[in-house]
Amino acid sequence: MNNSVTSTLRVAWASLRILLVLTVVCGVIYPLVVTGIAQGLFHGKANGSEVKVDGTVVGSELIGQSWNIKGTKTPDPTWFQGRPSNSGYDPLATGSSQLGANDPTLVKNVRAARKQVAEFNGVPESEVPKDAVTGSASAIDPGISPAYAEIQVKRVAERNRLTAAQVERLVQDNTTGRTVGFLGEPSVNVLKLNIAVKELATK
Amino acid sequence: MSPVLADVLQVTALVGALALVHRPLGDYMAAVYSSKKHLRIERWIYRGVGADPDAQMRWPAYLRGVLIFSAVGVLFLYLLQRVQDKLPLSLGFKAITPDQAFNTAASFVSNTNWQSYSGEVAMGHVTQTAGLAVQNFLSAAVGMAVAVALVRGFALSRTGDLGNFWSDLVRGTVRILVPLSVVAAVVLVACGAIQNFGDIHHITTLTGDKQALSPGAVASQEAIKNLGTNGGGFFNANSAHPFENPNGLSNLLEIFLLLVIPFSMPRTFGKMVGSLKQGYAIVAAMGAVWICAVVAVTWLEYAHPGTASQLAGGAMEGKEQRFGEGSSSLFAVSTTMTSTGSVNSFHDSFGGLSGGVLLLGMMLGEITPGGVGSGLYGMLIMAIIAVFLAGLMVGRTPEYLGKKIGTREIKLAACYILITPALVLIGTAAAIALPDGKAAMTNVGAHGFSEVLYAFTSASNNNGSAFAGFGANTPFFNTTLGLCMLLGRFLPMVFVLALAGSLAEQKPIPETAGTLRTEKPLFTGLLVGTLLIVTGLTFFPALALGPLAEGLTS
Repeated sequence: MNNSVTSTLRVAWASLRILLVLTVVCGVIYPLVVTGIAQGLFHGKANGSEVKVDGTVVGSELIGQSWNIKGTKTPDPTWFQGRPSNSGYDPLATGSSQLGANDPTLVKNVRAARKQVAEFNGVPESEVPKDAVTGSASAIDPGISPAYAEIQVKRVAERNRLTAAQVERLVQDNTTGRTVGFLGEPSVNVLKLNIAVKELATK
Repeated sequence: MSPVLADVLQVTALVGALALVHRPLGDYMAAVYSSKKHLRIERWIYRGVGADPDAQMRWPAYLRGVLIFSAVGVLFLYLLQRVQDKLPLSLGFKAITPDQAFNTAASFVSNTNWQSYSGEVAMGHVTQTAGLAVQNFLSAAVGMAVAVALVRGFALSRTGDLGNFWSDLVRGTVRILVPLSVVAAVVLVACGAIQNFGDIHHITTLTGDKQALSPGAVASQEAIKNLGTNGGGFFNANSAHPFENPNGLSNLLEIFLLLVIPFSMPRTFGKMVGSLKQGYAIVAAMGAVWICAVVAVTWLEYAHPGTASQLAGGAMEGKEQRFGEGSSSLFAVSTTMTSTGSVNSFHDSFGGLSGGVLLLGMMLGEITPGGVGSGLYGMLIMAIIAVFLAGLMVGRTPEYLGKKIGTREIKLAACYILITPALVLIGTAAAIALPDGKAAMTNVGAHGFSEVLYAFTSASNNNGSAFAGFGANTPFFNTTLGLCMLLGRFLPMVFVLALAGSLAEQKPIPETAGTLRTEKPLFTGLLVGTLLIVTGLTFFPALALGPLAEGLTS
């Protein structure tokens, strides 16, 4: 009995020391080496791909934002709108609705979103694409489908006193195709697109 | 290009990359675990801690190393979270509550990485990098060590020695996991994943709103999270968060990382037992089930996604625009079948039937291809069962790789395959019978039941993904799921190591004309069949109540 207790303690002591040494290797040296390389080679990306307008950071190109009228839950027609978000695009509360694909609440939400998006953009409900009426996984999805951007072009152009063709071009400039041609889905970056719209409108 | 064609190309590229890499990586891992030499840094480590890396261990000693090392890991991680508020760089976050700290410590040490906390508002820099990420490495290295010990049981004869746990642990970490992680992390940063130790950045948007951008050593943790089949996200949204997984390329890289060690280990096994063909028979069984599930889930998500998704025009609820249905399905199958549990889309919102396939992927016991190490030893146990069944059919004493599968061996294998089903079914039944289960469901009806079943399946099989609507951060679930994770991880290891010890003691029996040829496609078929029958018999009633009921009524 005594023997097995001492040998257990001996192994526990060795375990603790090996854990501490490996914590230094994997938990201190490894992340610091990666941080060093990352900050040296990819400074902007390692710090969150922040976007500036007139020298001030207005967001990250990877993190979606809310384009509601300030202080309300009403979408602002001046801007391209992103996807429905479970947290109102709060990066400190990421995650999705978690509703099952047959859930009655989700059915109700989708139906309401279709109606709202169609009216807001003046298009028939049949033209509303799937990403416009479904919540993203992260709640901070930076992208929308080219189809969703397409139905917003007319409204945004009118509100900013631009022509549809001008806005159309901005959409194309801010669309990323599938990475290397076949990975993922094409996506329009809403923040970068809205910055481009604002710049063109205030020129 | 149509989405379907893009999906096909993506899967082809993934399989091609795995096929290309499994050979050098599998051979390298075999060399790492067979080499007699120690690297200089390893010698420093052994000297510093006073361990003898050359002492051979029999199975009880090896097991004692595994269990005590893991127990110390749980304790250390628990304490680290409990004093988080006093640590530097903690971003102002509070200490984690006792039940949640236990759950998280059990979760990371058991390679499950179930998360009842939300990373961006709970864990500071030190807890993430020096606590959680460290266990990402070490729990993976422990899994690989146990797998290698079992392989040695087959490879060695007339000895009880299974190698040295400390040396296997350190080598797996230093020679395999760390170097691969450095490369992967740098590529992830190049794609856009963040890597800094800054503060939360409060900014004002163009509309005048405020937004808080999270900091973190994300890329370094993301790399090992997937490579070590751990799965605990830096943020609550896990690999759906753009800072963890910014684009299509990072997404494919992460899927590749999930699969690369589990699909390479059969080669390591083949190399170490002296017949590469034996390894191919195992990897073929793993790959066949995985690819069938990929096709099934992708097809179901496009064709039969559920009422709300059909109304929306596609299954994009809980999925990111830059990934779409195809890349999300591929990730979902790969993460559930490797015991990883990281997600780039939320499984709770998958269609009833595709959610059922993901559940089944875990119920198979995480062996197609399974977690690092655990996938291989789980599949070898299943191979023993298959050999035993074949032996019963012809009335011959079964043997596998020149070792007799006698009463003792088959008892140990049978105990192994009973543990997780017992934990899953008893746990689910208890939760449903008590008021706690119903209170935690976000969804109603059959899908609500699936949430509970998914939680216990995920915890007991050390997966860690969730039907995340399930409100698991209660003392009841933190405790019960924490226990399921520990028992589901370490009890099977007891039987694996006991089996390894018993095999290593045997003398090899020569192959005769009557020996079942376990390197042939026929055996691969038998293995897959055994796997499906054992799992089906165990879980069909539970699946019928949850995902099948939901999928068939929608």
